Amino acid sequence: METADKVGANVADRLVNPEDTSLCMKFHIRGMDFASGGEASARIRGVCVQLGLPASVTRRVAIVTYEAEMNIVIHAIRGTLQATITPEQVEIEAVDQGPGIPDIDRAMEEGFSTAPPSVREMGFGAGMGLPNIKAHSDALTIESVVGVGTRVHSVILVGQ
Amino acid sequence: MTRYFHSVRLDQEKCKGCTNCIKRCPTEAIRVSAGKARIMEERCVDCGECIRICPNKAKLAVTDPMDLLSAFDYSVALPAPSFMGQFKTGTNPAQVAGALVLAGFDDVFEVSAAADVVTAAILDYLDSHPQPRPVISSACPAVVRLVQVKYAALVENIIPVLAPMEVAARIAKRRAFERGITGRVGAFFITPCPAKVTASKQPVGVTDSSVDGIVSMNECFALIRPLIEKAEPLTDYPRGSRSGVGWGRAGGEMQAVGVNSLAVDGIHNVITVLNEVERGRLGDLDFIEAQACVGGCVGGCLTVENPFVSRIRVRKLAESSDPRPFSTSGKLDVFRYTRRVTPRLALSLDTDLSQAIAKMNHLEATEARLPGLDCGSCGSPSCRALAEDIVNNRAYETDCIFKLRERVHQLAEEMVDLASKVPPAMAPREIPSSRKDDAE
Repeated sequence: METADKVGANVADRLVNPEDTSLCMKFHIRGMDFASGGEASARIRGVCVQLGLPASVTRRVAIVTYEAEMNIVIHAIRGTLQATITPEQVEIEAVDQGPGIPDIDRAMEEGFSTAPPSVREMGFGAGMGLPNIKAHSDALTIESVVGVGTRVHSVILVGQ
Repeated sequence: MTRYFHSVRLDQEKCKGCTNCIKRCPTEAIRVSAGKARIMEERCVDCGECIRICPNKAKLAVTDPMDLLSAFDYSVALPAPSFMGQFKTGTNPAQVAGALVLAGFDDVFEVSAAADVVTAAILDYLDSHPQPRPVISSACPAVVRLVQVKYAALVENIIPVLAPMEVAARIAKRRAFERGITGRVGAFFITPCPAKVTASKQPVGVTDSSVDGIVSMNECFALIRPLIEKAEPLTDYPRGSRSGVGWGRAGGEMQAVGVNSLAVDGIHNVITVLNEVERGRLGDLDFIEAQACVGGCVGGCLTVENPFVSRIRVRKLAESSDPRPFSTSGKLDVFRYTRRVTPRLALSLDTDLSQAIAKMNHLEATEARLPGLDCGSCGSPSCRALAEDIVNNRAYETDCIFKLRERVHQLAEEMVDLASKVPPAMAPREIPSSRKDDAE
């Protein structure tokens, strides 16, 4: 059991490592991949629960990451969803290669959607994605270039 | 730390340490160590999945013995609607009630009657509380506890209305009092599942349960089945209506409440729906019926009959029941929770967020080194759960049989390597050029 004890000691060593005060997770999302849609956000949510983040923060992260992930699935060709968690905040970044958003103000309106009918039939594309992300973020930046892609950056404060 | 009562227990003698249960548990509350399953009590929600899956019948539900009746001067049996589903279609419910009296109870109060009252209380609550939506039914105690453990943000969505079992006990006791019964009155629920036992011993939403004893449905069935033929049908006891009886099967509660709602049964299915609620996707619904057992209460692990058979029986019984709901005098808000429902935080890695983040980094790195087969041989339900156990000093990486094999392989290679070494006194040896450089 001597080796086993050493494993335990290594755990304690790692805990004081200052590099570990933030946690970053990155996931690759494919457009139109409804079968896996929601997996990345579910994984991030599970991590939030295990971190013991306040329930309201976990809920907001679940909503923002899910909507951002599904936006990529519905509209883009491919993209990434990244969550960086520190004791102060959760930073969520969704970057995609896709059609881009011609009018961001319009896209922020509740009920405005450019999702095709086939997607709406599945119960998605109700035009609540970006408004929901905005409602649950403490800070939000959306940058988009038509024909290139979109970057959504949301910050949720842990102390709020 | 809070101590938890659990009805679900382990029979040490029977447990072979086979790891079937660990993979079935919805909250990953079971580990196998030293050849025996161990339940992490802060995580267990008493759903009974492990009882169902255990091939050795080593998981059991602790209930009260029938002898407990003798501790009371007057005892009322509270048969759940699912209880009637255990008997052949056509069995007169009054005859079953009569058999319960022959078995030693003084009176019977059908829980389906209380379900009628709860239906009204739910509608009353929805009417006066426009938020939050959707509300989640509090009738299944395993679901309530699942929300506490896994969905801290949704505890406020649990409808703060007492479950039919609790309401039945209260009304039954009041009825006994009104009928001039003196002495100690005991209310005994006949349970289809361990979660209801836990709900009476350690209730959520109220300080004390009005249920005094809980007898197992299969034990009670065995006791009264031979008595049904000779029993006198009981008259003048509270019975549920068509919709109250329907509560015994999945979908019945939703049907009774009748608002814009959804019904889900089976705890793993419930989890998928709760995920949607948390994502805010079901905000257009008012009410969610969620039952941990497949088929609803007829699917409880303490029932006797095949749940698909009893489900039809309950439906037929409901159809032949009185369409007018049972009602009680007085205001409905007396059947609300008096205590807030709080989350259980049983899954967090550390109480300190910085420490938890550090542990999570370590967990992710550890998981990446594990084979990802989720075989369960280490005693943890998945590779990720083993990584979590390693980080929390509950397990070692070599608990993984694949990692152990890797280490043995390395060791064997080192031994072969060492065995090929010959002492310099016996043979000339080559010194690597780098070493020569070092020497200079």
